[in-house]
Amino acid sequence: MKRTRLYDTHVEMGGRMVDFAGWELPVQYPTGPTVEHHAVRNAAGLFDIDHMGQFEVRGPDGERFLQHVQVKDVTTMAVWDAAYSLLLYADGTVVDDIFVYKLPDRWMLAVNAGNLDKDFAWLSEHAAAYDVSLTDVSDKTYMMAIQGPKAEAIVQRLTDADLDKVAARTALRMDVAGINLLAGRTGYTGEDGFEFYVDADQAVALWNRLLEAGKDDGLLACGLAARDSLRFEACFPLYGHEIDAATNPLEARLGWAIDWYVPFIGRDALLKTKLEKPQRLLIGFEMVDRGMAREGYPIAINGETAGYVTTGMKSPTLDKFVGLGYVPRAYSKVGTEIEIIVRGAPKKAVIVKRPFYKPRYKEA
Amino acid sequence: MAEVIDGLYYSRDDEWVKVDGNEVTIGITDYAQDALSDVVYLELPEAGAAFNAGDIFGVVESVKAASDLYSPVSGEVIETNEALLDAPELVNDDPFGAAWMIKMSLNNSGELGELMDAGGYAAYCEERE
Repeated sequence: MKRTRLYDTHVEMGGRMVDFAGWELPVQYPTGPTVEHHAVRNAAGLFDIDHMGQFEVRGPDGERFLQHVQVKDVTTMAVWDAAYSLLLYADGTVVDDIFVYKLPDRWMLAVNAGNLDKDFAWLSEHAAAYDVSLTDVSDKTYMMAIQGPKAEAIVQRLTDADLDKVAARTALRMDVAGINLLAGRTGYTGEDGFEFYVDADQAVALWNRLLEAGKDDGLLACGLAARDSLRFEACFPLYGHEIDAATNPLEARLGWAIDWYVPFIGRDALLKTKLEKPQRLLIGFEMVDRGMAREGYPIAINGETAGYVTTGMKSPTLDKFVGLGYVPRAYSKVGTEIEIIVRGAPKKAVIVKRPFYKPRYKEA
Repeated sequence: MAEVIDGLYYSRDDEWVKVDGNEVTIGITDYAQDALSDVVYLELPEAGAAFNAGDIFGVVESVKAASDLYSPVSGEVIETNEALLDAPELVNDDPFGAAWMIKMSLNNSGELGELMDAGGYAAYCEERE
């Protein structure tokens, strides 16, 4: 199993190390996932997300290549813009969900750890027809996130850059605690914050300086469990759960991420789905009966199994038992009564509006 | 190190049993709550339900997973800790105290001989650390 540069730090801090996509990472610290979750909603949290991968795209055909392999119109992106996007197979199902950064001399893609090898092989295959160089820079690029309403104030203490002027989904190069890094005003928690891309040799120093700087603001180191409950409340999909190679983005309600006039791979299949309407849709639900929905539990409608839960948990922010899952489109309206089959027993639930928690972003 | 309290009996499924005459109080141990992580949901039986040793009497769910609760002895449920259903986090905060789960009649005190004492259980926890 792979270890990040912060492995020893996590162990010293009492992190409970688990296997995640081949990486040994903390699922929680002794504070516990619920406390960590609330810290991010109310103050700030620090995440080691070095397991995520980064690819660089350079060369004269960079833009044309990206217009072919992902769904966002990158020709409308200004230098330093960052955008959520998708890589799709020809049949419209999902290779991965990614972030695209337009940098002065290159493009950068941030990809999921579990999909890194697959993504690189898939992109390489398509890159062959273009004058581009595609490089996996994951090993030398360390990714760390600070998220929460106090993230800006904490980072501001360690930099001369004017962070108030940095809008959501843009990036900048700056020194933080004397360490030069690329920062995206991005994240996957539903809160404002930054994701740092820094030289791997500087990771431990940056982590410690940030924790120190945020101590009095309630900044906590957070593990994978809090990261999952935070993204879940904001209804951000997680690959392998809400999206995968058997689901398409329209079913997953990710149509907003797609620029349809871009000639991306998978567009024909998706347009067909769009015209015919998807057979099933991702819905949010809240338990009516006592019970806790978990991933994989069947969803029944009128007594018949009709779908399944993709993520279920007790939402720490709402203090309610909620979940995400797929049901046939005809039964996907808010207010529809469904049943979650909890260990063999049907429990009443009702379809509710998504997201469970409205993301808060920085406007500048 | 997980806390272990003297004078209680312990099962290999990490329940503790406190004996008071013909009655027992049952909960899960500090080791168990720590392994579960944050507890968010519980299902417990109604008074009057009867269980044999080894039967599932309820479910405890944490942020991590759902785990069955096994009755360490045979008996009938006398009382359920209703307050715990609304405050499952007590299982993490006070596993041996406020987070007791059920009180049962002790139908066969011989079954206690199958359980571990505090020393035995501490060693059992250490084996799994």
